[in-house]
Amino acid sequence: MELGPYILLASLEGAVSAAVLALTAVGLSLVFGVMRVVNIAHGEFFMLGAVIAWFVAQSLGGHPAIGFTAALIVAPLLVGAIAVVADLAILKRIAYDPERTIVATIGLLYIIQQVTLMTYGPEARPVEAPFNQRIALPWFEFGDNGLEFYYPWGLSTTSYKLAVIAAAATVLAGVWLLMTRSRAGLLMRATQADRDMALAFGIPVERVYALVFGFGAALAALGAVLVVPIQQAHYLMGADPLLLSFIVVIIGGLGSLPGTLVAAILIGLSDGIISVFFSPTLAKILATLLVGLVLVFRPQGLFGTRAA
Amino acid sequence: MMLELDRINAGYGQAQVLRDFSLNVSPGEILCLLGRNGAGKTTTMQAIMGLVPLMSGAVRLEGQDISRLPPHKIPQAGVAYIPQGRRLFTGLTVAQNLEVGLRTRGHGKDTLEEVLELFPRLRERMDQRAETLSGGEQQMLATARALCLKPKALLLDEPTEGLQPSMIEAIRRVIVKMRNAGVAILLVEQRVDAVLEVADRVAFIENGRNGATMGAEALRADHTIVDRYIGV
Repeated sequence: MELGPYILLASLEGAVSAAVLALTAVGLSLVFGVMRVVNIAHGEFFMLGAVIAWFVAQSLGGHPAIGFTAALIVAPLLVGAIAVVADLAILKRIAYDPERTIVATIGLLYIIQQVTLMTYGPEARPVEAPFNQRIALPWFEFGDNGLEFYYPWGLSTTSYKLAVIAAAATVLAGVWLLMTRSRAGLLMRATQADRDMALAFGIPVERVYALVFGFGAALAALGAVLVVPIQQAHYLMGADPLLLSFIVVIIGGLGSLPGTLVAAILIGLSDGIISVFFSPTLAKILATLLVGLVLVFRPQGLFGTRAA
Repeated sequence: MMLELDRINAGYGQAQVLRDFSLNVSPGEILCLLGRNGAGKTTTMQAIMGLVPLMSGAVRLEGQDISRLPPHKIPQAGVAYIPQGRRLFTGLTVAQNLEVGLRTRGHGKDTLEEVLELFPRLRERMDQRAETLSGGEQQMLATARALCLKPKALLLDEPTEGLQPSMIEAIRRVIVKMRNAGVAILLVEQRVDAVLEVADRVAFIENGRNGATMGAEALRADHTIVDRYIGV
């Protein structure tokens, strides 16, 4: 097989990870943007989403689609609820102080991780995809008869992977509409712009914070449910999404939704392509290097506005 | 009495700013608060809005104690705040900034029309982002946003800071209009001469404590009192 089909294959794999990464990173970005706190436990909300998806799919049985659909609804809701409780019980009590929030969410990270280890165990377990047809992809070449299409061996994807990309794109479009067109989005953006003035105009900031924290966690959990038929649920799976989300959010500009999206696609695609051709470690090295460069030359991120 | 501060003590953490500070503003009255930098003028306004916690004392609106309410309920009770430096919701359009103001007390299109009557210039800028407006237009928006509450009491912190004379005149006209409509107005302003033109009474604040309170007439007649509190 020549190079072209390989690149197509790698881009498709990259697009799947970009889609999941975009969901997770947008969750982190929302929390940072509106609440001005760094949530180190974000990756654990991702992991919880995957683990809860396994529990739900396991307990329901029957056709895989039933369990998966239930998980798609239950896991984000449950994880969002856990995050709301964590916000009210911990972050609100320390008045969202930036430094103390970092320490508190590190603590939360270990609590969630260890409780999962004690209940779910150290195994990696898959959730069966609701559908998973193999789709062979055509490639073209210029032969004796001009342009010809053929199906190279090994160049294929699955219907499920394409569905993940479509689902993530739909949800992200929904998030964008929510932020720009809805009443809730208006209140969130006003709170993001100026917390005290939001209070002075009757916005219940504490309630907005709790909901944003829950919503951010739910987005991570949703990303995890989508990826768990491909990746398996494991109690340590939160580390990579956390690191990559931070990379994406820093490159895109903290709190900037379009920036986060563009950076997620950039990092996700390059991660996929470099992982296929070289090694996953090199992909992470390059992404981290890019963060370093962005921080040196454009500290506000590609799409961020300079903090006032 | 529309707005009443009853011996309030307030400050930031350990640093107490206001000490047994009292004040009252009647409906249809402009009370101007004068004092040196750091005397506690802005803290007074933030304490009324619940943005700085009270250590003791009470803030009452029409006799109701509003200082025990959570901060976001205070504007809903009818106190509107035009802060120093405007502090608009950046990233939001003019229309969205006004919408936040309208939602505070559940007012609708009629109120928006009334407010835009006062500031016709904003009507042409409705879809523009707040931070792209000129300084004067931003002050108009900050004022309009507060008036969207149809407030009973209005707090203005240095509304004319850094504005051209024509803009200052426009803001002043709106303040007087609000007074004539029966709103209780608490005004903080550095430019004493501008204040004396519109104020009904003047209260001095010194190191967070009450100074003299007197009619604006008396000050217009005898300027030496101002110099004693403000210094030159």
